[in-house]
Amino acid sequence: MKLKPETLQRIDEIIPHYPVKRSAVLMLLHAIQEDVGFISTEAIEWVATKLELQPINVLEVVTFYPMFRQKPIGRRHIKVCRTLSCALRGGYQTCETLEKEFGVHRGEVSADGEVTIEFVECLASCGTAPVVMVDDDLHENVDCARARALAAQIKQEAARRG
Amino acid sequence: MSASPKPDLITVNVDGRDVAVPKGTNVIEAARLVGVDVPYYCYHPKLSISGNCRMCLVEIGMPAVDPATKAPIVDPGTGKQRINWIPRPQIGCATTASPGLHVRTNTAQIKECREGVMEFLLVNHPLDCPICDQAGECKLQEQATGYGRGYSRYIEAKNVKPKRTQLGPRVMLDDERCILCSRCIRFCKEVAKDDVLGFIDRGSYSTLTCYPGRQLTNNYSLNTVDICPVGALTSTDFRFKMRVWFLKQTDSIDPESSVGANTVVWSREGVVYRITPRRNDEVNDTWMADSGRELYKQNRAPDRLMVARVEGQDSTPAAALAAAADLLKPAAGAVAVVGSGRSSIEEQFVTRRMANALGAGAFLVGRSDPGDGLLISADRNPNVRGALVTGLVTNLPSERLTQLGEWIDEGKVRCVVSVGEDLLAAGLTEAQLARVAVVYLGTHANATSAIARIVVPTFTVLERTGSFVNQQFRLQKFFQAVPGPAGAIDDLTALTRLLSSVEGEYFPPEPAAIWPEMARAIDVLQGITFAGIPATGRLLDGSRWAGLPFPEGPGLHFQPAAKP
Repeated sequence: MKLKPETLQRIDEIIPHYPVKRSAVLMLLHAIQEDVGFISTEAIEWVATKLELQPINVLEVVTFYPMFRQKPIGRRHIKVCRTLSCALRGGYQTCETLEKEFGVHRGEVSADGEVTIEFVECLASCGTAPVVMVDDDLHENVDCARARALAAQIKQEAARRG
Repeated sequence: MSASPKPDLITVNVDGRDVAVPKGTNVIEAARLVGVDVPYYCYHPKLSISGNCRMCLVEIGMPAVDPATKAPIVDPGTGKQRINWIPRPQIGCATTASPGLHVRTNTAQIKECREGVMEFLLVNHPLDCPICDQAGECKLQEQATGYGRGYSRYIEAKNVKPKRTQLGPRVMLDDERCILCSRCIRFCKEVAKDDVLGFIDRGSYSTLTCYPGRQLTNNYSLNTVDICPVGALTSTDFRFKMRVWFLKQTDSIDPESSVGANTVVWSREGVVYRITPRRNDEVNDTWMADSGRELYKQNRAPDRLMVARVEGQDSTPAAALAAAADLLKPAAGAVAVVGSGRSSIEEQFVTRRMANALGAGAFLVGRSDPGDGLLISADRNPNVRGALVTGLVTNLPSERLTQLGEWIDEGKVRCVVSVGEDLLAAGLTEAQLARVAVVYLGTHANATSAIARIVVPTFTVLERTGSFVNQQFRLQKFFQAVPGPAGAIDDLTALTRLLSSVEGEYFPPEPAAIWPEMARAIDVLQGITFAGIPATGRLLDGSRWAGLPFPEGPGLHFQPAAKP
């Protein structure tokens, strides 16, 4: 695991903000996931050493929160909301459409390594259901047609990147 | 509220009864003092409080006072001070008793709480007690009967989790049975200082796990099995071997070091099935080392001495002892007795008398190995202090019998009695032993028993009754759990018979019968009877030996005296 110098710098800034080192676990994991994309076993042990904990203490936190990933994901992270409002407005169909477009099952990485689709709990935009997040951007009222357009756009961007 | 009878005691009221409890006592322990059972799973008196099982819910309240004047508010109906009850139940384990605290455990609300908690705990717990190894000593089973609703409303499918995870060489985990009390996690972290267990995932998927790539290998791992309130953690050695309700429990002492951890030996029809710790807050709390639990296997080890031998011929213990007496009496004045730090104090007392009667020098073989700072000390003999108290030796034993070797070389000694000690391992040479007649009393075969002229098979600690003096100079009793093998003889019987034949007077081979004489002869034992030694032991005055360089370092409830 190789962290960027700015991540290392941020981590060293984070730790003294807490009364005990242990409290910084969550923030360190966020910083590492942002940098590397996922939390590896090596990262867990690195955090444990850094905060003077045992690796099991960090593993407990990593597995408790669904937003921490223990495996790498695709370049683009597509999150489709599965909670009540979106489900009532066709969130399931949206998710299935995206799966078909990219030829990948939810939770998996597409063959070209481009996308990972996740069917997640509430994205907090019930008024504009169904909603989809691509990385940090929220897309509202994503019915099947818009889902196809969204997929086309992502593919186009991938092609442009080469 | 009644006044506190002592400054360090405070008065609380549990189910209408006042009880004085030490400051800092929690509600579960306070209720225990008045005989009220507050059920719990995650609470353990020797671990930190986590408060996650919610089984110990109680109602609490404080006597009402006028906020302005602080004057007690009296209920006109009863004429007593009114109690302001907190409307919601609180967990008893994390509620520290405060002066005047009122506790109710028998209300409809508490009954409903317990039924609710039980129901949730049983949602994902298999209801197959008849095939579970914990049945009979399972808190969940007991409390489901005592506090559950008695029938299940659950019709959904239960969680499926791993049934046989090997957490370590001695501990097996059945994740489905785990109720997530976290006692094992806290034990490993707080007592064993080996923080490898934890819960991963969450909600009903929470799973007790050892960190991948690591194992629960520490020498205290089996304590997690003892404190597991359900059948989740089981001992690989004991699981599915025997139902606990068939087993007889006998109080004993762990003989592997001078700590003297208190134990219970579980046996049936003369066979020991397991050894578990017995609570003694002054010695071992509720813990013991894994290594001490395996010692019962020595009882039936293949190298166990099962038949007496005289001059290489099979014999009986009685005949062998008679032959030994015939050998020793004429040799009086040229005899050496190698006693044992593994003998009970009663046996050591008889050994000392025998040595005196024979005009023999008495020796002891020291055993030391680094301690673990917890419940295994550096002195691996359980009763060296007993030998000091009885005067069997006056100084700490060395690991090598150099002096005895010199005496043999000088021809001062013609006959050596060894109480279970391998003389060759203790530094004597075969040439030296060839010059003397060896009488060996012991449990297992070794190089010395192989060349001894007379071999008398004796009993292990699980087959004897007696007492040890531990590193704190605490006199602790152990009792015979199982009978010894037919061809062997109790150490105390063997030694008293030898003594009888030397002195010509009968000595009863019973600790209780030896104690009056011992108490007369040894001043630090004055006034003590065998029956009078409490189950948790009795501290002796060891100040006379305070100057000796005892090898023990700090351990649980033990701090070595400052070196002069």
